[in-house]
Amino acid sequence: MSDYNQQMIEKYRGNFLKEVEANVEEGDWVKMCMQCGVCSGSCPLGPHWEHPPQEIFMMIRANKREDILSSSSMWMCTSCYNCIARCPRGLPITHIMHGLATYAKRLGLAPKEQPTAKFAQLFWDNLTKTGRVNELKLGLSLYFMNGFGEGIKTALKMKDVGLGMLKTKRMTPMEMLGGHKCKDVKGLQAMLKKAEELEEARIGKRG
Amino acid sequence: MAKKSYSFYPGCSSQKAASASNYQVSVDAMCQELDIELNEIPDWNCCSASIGYAGGGELPRLALSARNMALSEQAHPDQDIVATCAACWLATRETQERLGEDDELLAETNQALAEAGLKLKNDKKIRHMVEVLIEDIGYEELGKHVKKPLEGLKIAGYVGCQTNRPFGIHGESFENPKYLDKMIETVGAEACNDYEKKVSCCGGALAFSEPEKSQALIKDILESAYDNGADMIVTPCPVCQMNTEVYQDQINAKYGTKFKMPVVYYSTLLSVAYGKSAKECGLDGQVIRARQLEEIAGK
Repeated sequence: MSDYNQQMIEKYRGNFLKEVEANVEEGDWVKMCMQCGVCSGSCPLGPHWEHPPQEIFMMIRANKREDILSSSSMWMCTSCYNCIARCPRGLPITHIMHGLATYAKRLGLAPKEQPTAKFAQLFWDNLTKTGRVNELKLGLSLYFMNGFGEGIKTALKMKDVGLGMLKTKRMTPMEMLGGHKCKDVKGLQAMLKKAEELEEARIGKRG
Repeated sequence: MAKKSYSFYPGCSSQKAASASNYQVSVDAMCQELDIELNEIPDWNCCSASIGYAGGGELPRLALSARNMALSEQAHPDQDIVATCAACWLATRETQERLGEDDELLAETNQALAEAGLKLKNDKKIRHMVEVLIEDIGYEELGKHVKKPLEGLKIAGYVGCQTNRPFGIHGESFENPKYLDKMIETVGAEACNDYEKKVSCCGGALAFSEPEKSQALIKDILESAYDNGADMIVTPCPVCQMNTEVYQDQINAKYGTKFKMPVVYYSTLLSVAYGKSAKECGLDGQVIRARQLEEIAGK
Protein backbone atom coordinates (compact mmCIF):
# COMPACT_ATOMS: atom_id res chain seq x y z
CA MET A 1 0.00 0.00 0.00
CA SER A 2 1.32 3.45 -0.87
CA ASP A 3 2.46 5.99 1.70
CA TYR A 4 -0.06 8.39 0.26
CA ASN A 5 -2.85 5.92 0.96
CA GLN A 6 -1.64 5.46 4.54
CA GLN A 7 -1.50 9.22 4.98
CA MET A 8 -5.07 9.63 3.80
CA ILE A 9 -6.33 6.79 6.02
CA GLU A 10 -4.84 8.51 9.02
CA LYS A 11 -6.01 11.95 8.01
CA TYR A 12 -9.66 11.03 7.49
CA ARG A 13 -9.92 8.06 9.83
CA GLY A 14 -13.48 6.79 9.68
CA ASN A 15 -14.86 9.62 7.57
CA PHE A 16 -14.67 8.58 3.95
CA LEU A 17 -17.38 11.08 2.91
CA LYS A 18 -15.15 13.91 4.11
CA GLU A 19 -12.18 12.37 2.29
CA VAL A 20 -14.18 12.17 -0.94
CA GLU A 21 -15.45 15.72 -0.57
CA ALA A 22 -11.92 17.03 -0.17
CA ASN A 23 -10.03 14.91 -2.70
CA VAL A 24 -12.36 13.68 -5.44
CA GLU A 25 -13.41 15.74 -8.44
CA GLU A 26 -16.95 17.06 -7.76
CA GLY A 27 -16.90 15.01 -4.53
CA ASP A 28 -18.78 17.62 -2.52
CA TRP A 29 -21.93 16.62 -4.44
CA VAL A 30 -22.00 13.09 -3.01
CA LYS A 31 -24.09 14.00 0.06
CA MET A 32 -26.87 15.25 -2.23
CA CYS A 33 -27.70 11.73 -3.44
CA MET A 34 -31.17 10.62 -2.32
CA GLN A 35 -30.80 6.98 -3.35
CA CYS A 36 -33.48 6.95 -6.04
CA GLY A 37 -31.42 4.64 -8.27
CA VAL A 38 -32.15 6.34 -11.60
CA CYS A 39 -28.40 6.51 -12.30
CA SER A 40 -27.89 2.78 -11.87
CA GLY A 41 -30.96 1.99 -13.94
CA SER A 42 -29.83 4.33 -16.72
CA CYS A 43 -26.28 3.06 -17.04
CA PRO A 44 -25.56 1.19 -20.32
CA LEU A 45 -23.12 -1.13 -18.57
CA GLY A 46 -25.10 -1.12 -15.30
CA PRO A 47 -25.31 -4.90 -14.95
CA HIS A 48 -21.51 -5.11 -15.11
CA TRP A 49 -20.83 -2.74 -12.20
CA GLU A 50 -19.82 -4.53 -9.03
CA HIS A 51 -21.36 -1.57 -7.21
CA PRO A 52 -23.54 0.70 -9.38
CA PRO A 53 -23.36 4.49 -8.74
CA GLN A 54 -26.32 4.63 -6.34
CA GLU A 55 -24.71 1.92 -4.23
CA ILE A 56 -21.35 3.68 -4.34
CA PHE A 57 -22.91 6.87 -2.98
CA MET A 58 -24.37 4.97 -0.02
CA MET A 59 -21.15 3.01 0.50
CA ILE A 60 -19.20 6.29 0.70
CA ARG A 61 -21.41 7.37 3.59
CA ALA A 62 -21.03 3.93 5.17
CA ASN A 63 -17.22 4.26 5.09
CA LYS A 64 -16.68 1.33 2.73
CA ARG A 65 -13.46 2.97 1.61
CA GLU A 66 -11.40 -0.02 0.40
CA ASP A 67 -14.41 -1.78 -1.12
CA ILE A 68 -15.10 1.21 -3.34
CA LEU A 69 -11.59 2.29 -4.26
CA SER A 70 -10.36 -1.19 -5.13
CA SER A 71 -13.47 -2.15 -7.11
CA SER A 72 -13.68 -2.21 -10.89
CA SER A 73 -17.01 -0.36 -10.75
CA MET A 74 -16.03 3.19 -11.71
CA TRP A 75 -13.98 1.81 -14.59
CA MET A 76 -17.22 0.61 -16.21
CA CYS A 77 -18.28 4.20 -16.92
CA THR A 78 -18.61 4.78 -20.69
CA SER A 79 -19.07 8.55 -20.17
CA CYS A 80 -22.50 8.46 -21.80
CA TYR A 81 -23.83 11.08 -19.34
CA ASN A 82 -27.21 9.38 -19.03
CA CYS A 83 -26.93 9.51 -15.24
CA ILE A 84 -26.13 13.23 -15.28
CA ALA A 85 -29.01 14.01 -17.63
CA ARG A 86 -31.49 12.05 -15.51
CA CYS A 87 -30.40 12.62 -11.90
CA PRO A 88 -33.26 14.48 -10.19
CA ARG A 89 -30.80 16.10 -7.80
CA GLY A 90 -28.45 17.22 -10.57
CA LEU A 91 -25.39 15.34 -9.34
CA PRO A 92 -22.50 15.34 -11.85
CA ILE A 93 -22.32 11.55 -11.49
CA THR A 94 -20.12 10.87 -14.53
CA HIS A 95 -17.50 13.27 -13.18
CA ILE A 96 -17.70 11.85 -9.68
CA MET A 97 -17.08 8.36 -11.11
CA HIS A 98 -14.11 9.65 -13.11
CA GLY A 99 -12.90 11.43 -9.98
CA LEU A 100 -13.17 8.30 -7.85
CA ALA A 101 -11.24 6.37 -10.51
CA THR A 102 -8.51 9.02 -10.59
CA TYR A 103 -8.31 9.01 -6.80
CA ALA A 104 -8.16 5.20 -6.59
CA LYS A 105 -5.34 5.25 -9.13
CA ARG A 106 -3.48 7.94 -7.20
CA LEU A 107 -3.71 5.95 -3.97
CA GLY A 108 -2.50 2.80 -5.70
CA LEU A 109 -5.77 1.00 -4.93
CA ALA A 110 -7.22 0.66 -8.46
CA PRO A 111 -7.42 -2.98 -9.58
CA LYS A 112 -4.20 -3.78 -11.44
CA GLU A 113 -5.67 -5.90 -14.23
CA GLN A 114 -8.73 -3.79 -14.95
CA PRO A 115 -8.72 -3.34 -18.76
CA THR A 116 -10.20 0.18 -18.83
CA ALA A 117 -7.88 1.36 -16.06
CA LYS A 118 -4.97 0.11 -18.18
CA PHE A 119 -6.32 1.50 -21.44
CA ALA A 120 -7.09 4.89 -19.91
CA GLN A 121 -3.51 5.14 -18.64
CA LEU A 122 -2.16 4.15 -22.09
CA PHE A 123 -4.36 6.84 -23.64
CA TRP A 124 -3.01 9.51 -21.29
CA ASP A 125 0.62 8.43 -21.82
CA ASN A 126 0.06 8.40 -25.57
CA LEU A 127 -1.46 11.88 -25.82
CA THR A 128 0.93 13.61 -23.42
CA LYS A 129 3.95 12.38 -25.36
CA THR A 130 3.27 14.51 -28.44
CA GLY A 131 0.16 16.49 -27.51
CA ARG A 132 -2.00 14.48 -29.90
CA VAL A 133 -3.22 10.90 -29.90
CA ASN A 134 -1.28 8.52 -32.10
CA GLU A 135 -4.10 6.10 -32.92
CA LEU A 136 -1.86 3.39 -34.38
CA LYS A 137 0.48 3.28 -31.39
CA LEU A 138 -2.48 3.47 -29.02
CA GLY A 139 -4.15 0.52 -30.76
CA LEU A 140 -1.01 -1.59 -30.71
CA SER A 141 -0.24 -0.77 -27.08
CA LEU A 142 -3.80 -1.81 -26.24
CA TYR A 143 -3.41 -5.16 -28.00
CA PHE A 144 -0.17 -5.87 -26.20
CA MET A 145 -1.13 -4.53 -22.75
CA ASN A 146 -1.51 -8.06 -21.39
CA GLY A 147 1.81 -9.36 -22.66
CA PHE A 148 3.24 -10.54 -25.96
CA GLY A 149 1.39 -13.83 -26.44
CA GLU A 150 -1.98 -12.30 -25.65
CA GLY A 151 -1.06 -9.38 -27.92
CA ILE A 152 -0.45 -11.55 -30.97
CA LYS A 153 -3.79 -13.27 -30.39
CA THR A 154 -5.63 -9.95 -30.11
CA ALA A 155 -3.82 -8.51 -33.13
CA LEU A 156 -4.88 -11.52 -35.22
CA LYS A 157 -8.45 -11.22 -34.01
CA MET A 158 -8.46 -7.52 -34.90
CA LYS A 159 -6.68 -8.00 -38.25
CA ASP A 160 -9.74 -7.43 -40.42
CA VAL A 161 -10.78 -4.31 -38.54
CA GLY A 162 -7.25 -2.94 -39.02
CA LEU A 163 -7.20 -3.82 -42.71
CA GLY A 164 -10.53 -2.08 -43.20
CA MET A 165 -9.14 1.08 -41.63
CA LEU A 166 -5.93 0.87 -43.68
CA LYS A 167 -7.80 0.33 -46.96
CA THR A 168 -10.00 3.35 -46.37
CA LYS A 169 -6.98 5.47 -45.35
CA ARG A 170 -8.32 5.94 -41.84
CA MET A 171 -5.09 4.51 -40.46
CA THR A 172 -1.51 4.65 -41.73
CA PRO A 173 1.64 2.72 -40.84
CA MET A 174 3.48 6.05 -41.15
CA GLU A 175 2.20 6.93 -37.67
CA MET A 176 4.85 4.53 -36.34
CA LEU A 177 7.49 7.03 -37.48
CA GLY A 178 6.47 9.87 -35.21
CA GLY A 179 3.17 10.87 -36.75
CA HIS A 180 0.93 13.80 -35.82
CA LYS A 181 2.10 16.03 -33.00
CA CYS A 182 2.04 19.52 -31.47
CA LYS A 183 4.86 21.88 -32.33
CA ASP A 184 5.20 23.16 -28.78
CA VAL A 185 5.34 19.77 -27.06
CA LYS A 186 7.79 21.20 -24.54
CA GLY A 187 5.43 23.99 -23.48
CA LEU A 188 2.52 21.55 -23.31
CA GLN A 189 4.42 19.16 -21.08
CA ALA A 190 5.65 21.97 -18.83
CA MET A 191 2.03 23.13 -18.51
CA LEU A 192 0.86 19.63 -17.53
CA LYS A 193 3.66 19.28 -15.00
CA LYS A 194 2.71 22.58 -13.40
CA ALA A 195 -0.96 21.58 -13.35
CA GLU A 196 -0.10 18.32 -11.58
CA GLU A 197 2.00 20.16 -8.99
CA LEU A 198 -0.73 22.69 -8.30
CA GLU A 199 -3.35 19.99 -7.94
CA GLU A 200 -1.23 17.97 -5.52
CA ALA A 201 -0.57 21.06 -3.43
CA ARG A 202 -4.28 21.93 -3.35
CA ILE A 203 -5.35 18.43 -2.32
CA GLY A 204 -2.75 18.45 0.45
CA LYS A 205 -4.07 21.76 1.77
CA ARG A 206 -7.74 20.81 1.94
CA GLY A 207 -9.76 18.86 4.43
CA MET B 1 -25.61 34.67 -46.99
CA ALA B 2 -22.36 36.26 -45.92
CA LYS B 3 -19.34 34.14 -45.16
CA LYS B 4 -19.28 32.80 -41.61
CA SER B 5 -15.93 32.29 -39.89
CA TYR B 6 -15.08 30.11 -36.92
CA SER B 7 -12.07 29.09 -34.88
CA PHE B 8 -11.91 25.40 -35.66
CA TYR B 9 -10.83 22.57 -33.34
CA PRO B 10 -10.62 19.43 -35.54
CA GLY B 11 -9.34 16.97 -32.92
CA CYS B 12 -7.06 13.95 -33.22
CA SER B 13 -9.40 11.62 -35.08
CA SER B 14 -10.00 14.14 -37.88
CA GLN B 15 -6.34 14.41 -38.84
CA LYS B 16 -5.00 13.05 -42.11
CA ALA B 17 -5.18 9.25 -42.23
CA ALA B 18 -6.79 9.10 -38.77
CA SER B 19 -9.98 7.22 -37.92
CA ALA B 20 -12.39 10.05 -38.77
CA SER B 21 -10.40 11.65 -41.60
CA ASN B 22 -13.38 10.92 -43.87
CA TYR B 23 -15.55 13.05 -41.54
CA GLN B 24 -13.21 15.98 -42.07
CA VAL B 25 -13.30 15.50 -45.86
CA SER B 26 -17.11 15.69 -45.91
CA VAL B 27 -17.16 18.63 -43.48
CA ASP B 28 -14.83 20.54 -45.81
CA ALA B 29 -17.10 19.86 -48.79
CA MET B 30 -20.20 20.84 -46.81
CA CYS B 31 -18.63 24.04 -45.50
CA GLN B 32 -17.46 25.05 -48.95
CA GLU B 33 -21.04 24.88 -50.20
CA LEU B 34 -22.40 26.80 -47.19
CA ASP B 35 -19.66 29.45 -47.24
CA ILE B 36 -18.43 28.48 -43.79
CA GLU B 37 -14.78 29.27 -43.14
CA LEU B 38 -13.01 27.05 -40.60
CA ASN B 39 -9.78 28.54 -39.26
CA GLU B 40 -7.82 25.80 -37.56
CA ILE B 41 -6.61 26.65 -34.04
CA PRO B 42 -2.83 26.79 -34.44
CA ASP B 43 -0.97 23.94 -32.71
CA TRP B 44 -4.10 22.58 -30.96
CA ASN B 45 -3.70 19.55 -28.70
CA CYS B 46 -5.75 16.52 -27.68
CA CYS B 47 -8.59 17.23 -25.19
CA SER B 48 -7.96 13.86 -23.45
CA ALA B 49 -11.56 12.95 -24.37
CA SER B 50 -13.43 11.29 -21.52
CA ILE B 51 -10.93 8.55 -20.90
CA GLY B 52 -7.86 10.55 -19.81
CA TYR B 53 -8.71 10.35 -16.12
CA ALA B 54 -6.56 7.34 -15.24
CA GLY B 55 -3.40 9.33 -15.86
CA GLY B 56 -4.59 12.91 -15.65
CA GLY B 57 -6.21 14.60 -12.66
CA GLU B 58 -8.86 17.28 -12.99
CA LEU B 59 -6.52 20.25 -13.38
CA PRO B 60 -4.17 18.71 -15.99
CA ARG B 61 -7.22 17.68 -18.04
CA LEU B 62 -8.75 21.15 -17.78
CA ALA B 63 -5.40 22.65 -18.77
CA LEU B 64 -5.39 20.64 -22.01
CA SER B 65 -8.65 22.18 -23.20
CA ALA B 66 -7.68 25.55 -21.76
CA ARG B 67 -4.56 25.57 -23.94
CA ASN B 68 -6.71 25.15 -27.06
CA MET B 69 -9.05 27.90 -25.92
CA ALA B 70 -6.17 30.26 -25.15
CA LEU B 71 -4.59 29.59 -28.56
CA SER B 72 -7.96 30.29 -30.17
CA GLU B 73 -8.36 33.56 -28.26
CA GLN B 74 -4.95 34.59 -29.51
CA ALA B 75 -5.35 33.61 -33.15
CA HIS B 76 -9.06 34.19 -33.78
CA PRO B 77 -10.24 36.62 -31.08
CA ASP B 78 -13.68 37.32 -32.53
CA GLN B 79 -14.66 33.82 -33.58
CA ASP B 80 -16.59 31.11 -31.74
CA ILE B 81 -14.74 27.83 -31.27
CA VAL B 82 -16.30 25.06 -33.33
CA ALA B 83 -15.58 21.35 -32.97
CA THR B 84 -16.81 18.49 -35.13
CA CYS B 85 -15.92 15.75 -32.66
CA ALA B 86 -18.38 15.09 -29.85
CA ALA B 87 -15.67 14.43 -27.25
CA CYS B 88 -13.64 17.50 -28.26
CA TRP B 89 -16.70 19.70 -28.02
CA LEU B 90 -17.77 18.21 -24.71
CA ALA B 91 -14.34 18.43 -23.05
CA THR B 92 -13.87 22.02 -24.19
CA ARG B 93 -17.35 23.09 -23.07
CA GLU B 94 -16.95 21.36 -19.75
CA THR B 95 -13.67 23.18 -19.22
CA GLN B 96 -15.24 26.50 -20.08
CA GLU B 97 -18.11 25.87 -17.68
CA ARG B 98 -15.99 24.67 -14.78
CA LEU B 99 -13.42 27.45 -15.09
CA GLY B 100 -16.25 29.95 -15.41
CA GLU B 101 -17.72 28.81 -12.10
CA ASP B 102 -14.53 28.51 -10.09
CA ASP B 103 -12.10 31.42 -9.90
CA GLU B 104 -9.53 29.39 -7.98
CA LEU B 105 -9.44 26.75 -10.73
CA LEU B 106 -9.20 29.42 -13.40
CA ALA B 107 -6.28 31.05 -11.59
CA GLU B 108 -4.51 27.70 -11.28
CA THR B 109 -5.18 26.89 -14.91
CA ASN B 110 -3.65 30.19 -15.91
CA GLN B 111 -0.61 29.46 -13.74
CA ALA B 112 -0.18 26.21 -15.67
CA LEU B 113 -0.81 27.89 -19.03
CA ALA B 114 1.88 30.46 -18.24
CA GLU B 115 4.41 27.63 -18.52
CA ALA B 116 3.45 27.46 -22.20
CA GLY B 117 3.42 31.26 -22.52
CA LEU B 118 -0.39 31.43 -22.68
CA LYS B 119 -3.25 33.11 -20.86
CA LEU B 120 -6.96 32.31 -20.87
CA LYS B 121 -9.76 34.86 -20.64
CA ASN B 122 -12.43 32.18 -21.05
CA ASP B 123 -14.91 34.39 -22.88
CA LYS B 124 -15.59 32.31 -25.99
CA LYS B 125 -18.58 30.30 -27.07
CA ILE B 126 -17.75 26.61 -27.60
CA ARG B 127 -19.96 25.08 -30.26
CA HIS B 128 -20.52 21.88 -32.15
CA MET B 129 -20.70 21.99 -35.94
CA VAL B 130 -24.29 20.80 -35.70
CA GLU B 131 -25.13 23.96 -33.72
CA VAL B 132 -23.58 26.09 -36.43
CA LEU B 133 -25.73 24.36 -39.05
CA ILE B 134 -28.96 24.61 -37.07
CA GLU B 135 -28.56 27.98 -35.35
CA ASP B 136 -26.39 30.04 -37.70
CA ILE B 137 -27.47 28.60 -41.05
CA GLY B 138 -30.90 27.08 -40.33
CA TYR B 139 -32.76 24.13 -41.84
CA GLU B 140 -34.34 26.26 -44.52
CA GLU B 141 -31.04 27.54 -45.84
CA LEU B 142 -29.50 24.05 -45.52
CA GLY B 143 -32.32 22.78 -47.73
CA LYS B 144 -31.90 25.51 -50.34
CA HIS B 145 -28.49 24.15 -51.34
CA VAL B 146 -29.76 20.63 -52.06
CA LYS B 147 -29.11 19.76 -55.69
CA LYS B 148 -29.57 16.00 -55.48
CA PRO B 149 -32.27 15.07 -52.96
CA LEU B 150 -31.58 11.70 -51.31
CA GLU B 151 -34.99 10.42 -52.37
CA GLY B 152 -35.98 6.87 -51.53
CA LEU B 153 -33.43 6.49 -48.74
CA LYS B 154 -34.54 5.62 -45.23
CA ILE B 155 -32.04 6.66 -42.59
CA ALA B 156 -31.75 6.04 -38.85
CA GLY B 157 -30.48 9.13 -37.03
CA TYR B 158 -28.16 7.85 -34.33
CA VAL B 159 -27.44 10.84 -32.09
CA GLY B 160 -25.52 8.84 -29.47
CA CYS B 161 -24.35 10.28 -26.18
CA GLN B 162 -21.92 13.12 -26.10
CA THR B 163 -23.50 15.40 -28.71
CA ASN B 164 -26.68 14.98 -26.70
CA ARG B 165 -25.72 14.88 -23.02
CA PRO B 166 -25.03 16.71 -20.78
CA PHE B 167 -25.25 19.84 -22.96
CA GLY B 168 -27.10 18.77 -26.07
CA ILE B 169 -28.44 21.02 -28.76
CA HIS B 170 -30.58 23.95 -27.64
CA GLY B 171 -34.30 23.23 -27.72
CA GLU B 172 -33.87 19.47 -28.10
CA SER B 173 -34.74 16.84 -25.50
CA PHE B 174 -32.18 14.40 -24.08
CA GLU B 175 -34.43 11.39 -24.63
CA ASN B 176 -35.66 12.12 -28.15
CA PRO B 177 -33.71 14.83 -29.94
CA LYS B 178 -35.10 15.51 -33.43
CA TYR B 179 -32.33 17.44 -35.15
CA LEU B 180 -30.77 14.54 -37.06
CA ASP B 181 -34.21 13.45 -38.27
CA LYS B 182 -34.85 17.00 -39.43
CA MET B 183 -31.53 17.05 -41.28
CA ILE B 184 -32.37 13.71 -42.92
CA GLU B 185 -35.65 15.20 -44.13
CA THR B 186 -33.91 18.40 -45.19
CA VAL B 187 -31.78 16.44 -47.68
CA GLY B 188 -34.86 14.68 -49.05
CA ALA B 189 -34.55 11.29 -47.34
CA GLU B 190 -36.96 9.61 -44.93
CA ALA B 191 -36.09 9.51 -41.21
CA CYS B 192 -36.76 6.50 -38.98
CA ASN B 193 -38.87 8.47 -36.53
CA ASP B 194 -39.25 5.65 -34.04
CA TYR B 195 -35.60 4.62 -33.88
CA GLU B 196 -35.45 3.38 -30.28
CA LYS B 197 -31.68 3.35 -30.00
CA LYS B 198 -31.25 6.95 -31.08
CA VAL B 199 -29.55 8.08 -27.85
CA SER B 200 -28.16 4.76 -26.60
CA CYS B 201 -24.51 4.31 -25.79
CA CYS B 202 -22.15 2.42 -28.15
CA GLY B 203 -19.64 1.84 -25.36
CA GLY B 204 -17.50 4.80 -26.38
CA ALA B 205 -13.83 4.27 -25.55
CA LEU B 206 -14.74 1.05 -23.75
CA ALA B 207 -15.21 -0.57 -27.17
CA PHE B 208 -11.41 -0.92 -26.97
CA SER B 209 -11.05 -2.11 -23.39
CA GLU B 210 -14.34 -4.01 -22.98
CA PRO B 211 -15.05 -5.20 -26.53
CA GLU B 212 -17.63 -7.85 -25.67
CA LYS B 213 -19.70 -5.67 -23.38
CA SER B 214 -19.59 -2.81 -25.87
CA GLN B 215 -20.38 -4.95 -28.89
CA ALA B 216 -23.52 -6.16 -27.11
CA LEU B 217 -24.62 -2.50 -26.98
CA ILE B 218 -23.62 -1.90 -30.61
CA LYS B 219 -25.58 -4.97 -31.72
CA ASP B 220 -28.79 -3.48 -30.30
CA ILE B 221 -28.14 -0.15 -32.03
CA LEU B 222 -27.72 -1.88 -35.40
CA GLU B 223 -30.61 -4.27 -34.88
CA SER B 224 -32.99 -1.44 -34.09
CA ALA B 225 -31.92 0.37 -37.28
CA TYR B 226 -32.74 -2.77 -39.30
CA ASP B 227 -36.04 -3.22 -37.48
CA ASN B 228 -36.97 0.33 -38.45
CA GLY B 229 -36.22 -0.38 -42.11
CA ALA B 230 -33.12 1.80 -42.33
CA ASP B 231 -30.81 1.71 -45.37
CA MET B 232 -28.08 3.34 -43.33
CA ILE B 233 -27.28 5.05 -40.06
CA VAL B 234 -26.19 8.67 -39.72
CA THR B 235 -24.36 10.08 -36.71
CA PRO B 236 -22.65 13.31 -35.57
CA CYS B 237 -19.91 11.56 -33.55
CA PRO B 238 -16.60 9.98 -34.70
CA VAL B 239 -16.60 7.35 -31.94
CA CYS B 240 -20.23 6.37 -32.61
CA GLN B 241 -19.44 6.13 -36.31
CA MET B 242 -16.42 3.92 -35.87
CA ASN B 243 -17.93 1.68 -33.21
CA THR B 244 -21.13 1.02 -35.13
CA GLU B 245 -19.34 0.50 -38.44
CA VAL B 246 -16.12 -1.44 -37.99
CA TYR B 247 -17.16 -4.19 -35.57
CA GLN B 248 -20.12 -5.47 -37.60
CA ASP B 249 -18.19 -8.54 -38.83
CA GLN B 250 -17.15 -9.47 -35.29
CA ILE B 251 -20.72 -9.00 -34.07
CA ASN B 252 -22.01 -11.14 -36.95
CA ALA B 253 -19.54 -13.90 -36.04
CA LYS B 254 -20.57 -13.84 -32.40
CA TYR B 255 -24.34 -13.40 -32.68
CA GLY B 256 -25.04 -15.05 -36.04
CA THR B 257 -26.43 -11.78 -37.41
CA LYS B 258 -25.90 -10.57 -40.98
CA PHE B 259 -25.32 -6.87 -40.40
CA LYS B 260 -23.85 -4.84 -43.23
CA MET B 261 -25.18 -1.40 -42.46
CA PRO B 262 -23.33 1.68 -43.72
CA VAL B 263 -22.80 4.36 -41.06
CA VAL B 264 -22.18 7.90 -42.30
CA TYR B 265 -21.94 11.42 -40.89
CA TYR B 266 -24.54 14.20 -41.25
CA SER B 267 -21.88 15.99 -43.28
CA THR B 268 -21.72 13.01 -45.65
CA LEU B 269 -25.46 13.28 -46.31
CA LEU B 270 -25.33 17.05 -46.77
CA SER B 271 -22.30 17.01 -49.07
CA VAL B 272 -23.80 14.26 -51.26
CA ALA B 273 -27.09 16.15 -51.45
CA TYR B 274 -25.12 19.29 -52.33
CA GLY B 275 -23.84 17.55 -55.44
CA LYS B 276 -20.26 16.92 -54.35
CA SER B 277 -18.32 13.96 -55.79
CA ALA B 278 -17.99 10.67 -53.91
CA LYS B 279 -14.39 11.52 -53.08
CA GLU B 280 -15.24 15.03 -51.85
CA CYS B 281 -17.89 13.48 -49.59
CA GLY B 282 -15.36 11.07 -48.09
CA LEU B 283 -17.33 8.05 -49.32
CA ASP B 284 -14.06 6.22 -50.03
CA GLY B 285 -13.58 6.27 -46.25
CA GLN B 286 -16.49 3.92 -45.62
CA VAL B 287 -15.36 0.50 -44.36
CA ILE B 288 -18.90 -0.61 -45.21
CA ARG B 289 -19.53 1.13 -48.52
CA ALA B 290 -22.57 3.40 -48.75
CA ARG B 291 -23.46 2.23 -52.26
CA GLN B 292 -26.71 4.18 -52.49
CA LEU B 293 -24.89 7.42 -51.71
CA GLU B 294 -22.11 6.53 -54.16
CA GLU B 295 -24.76 6.10 -56.85
CA ILE B 296 -26.30 9.49 -56.15
CA ALA B 297 -22.88 11.16 -55.98
CA GLY B 298 -21.90 9.52 -59.29
CA LYS B 299 -24.96 10.77 -61.18
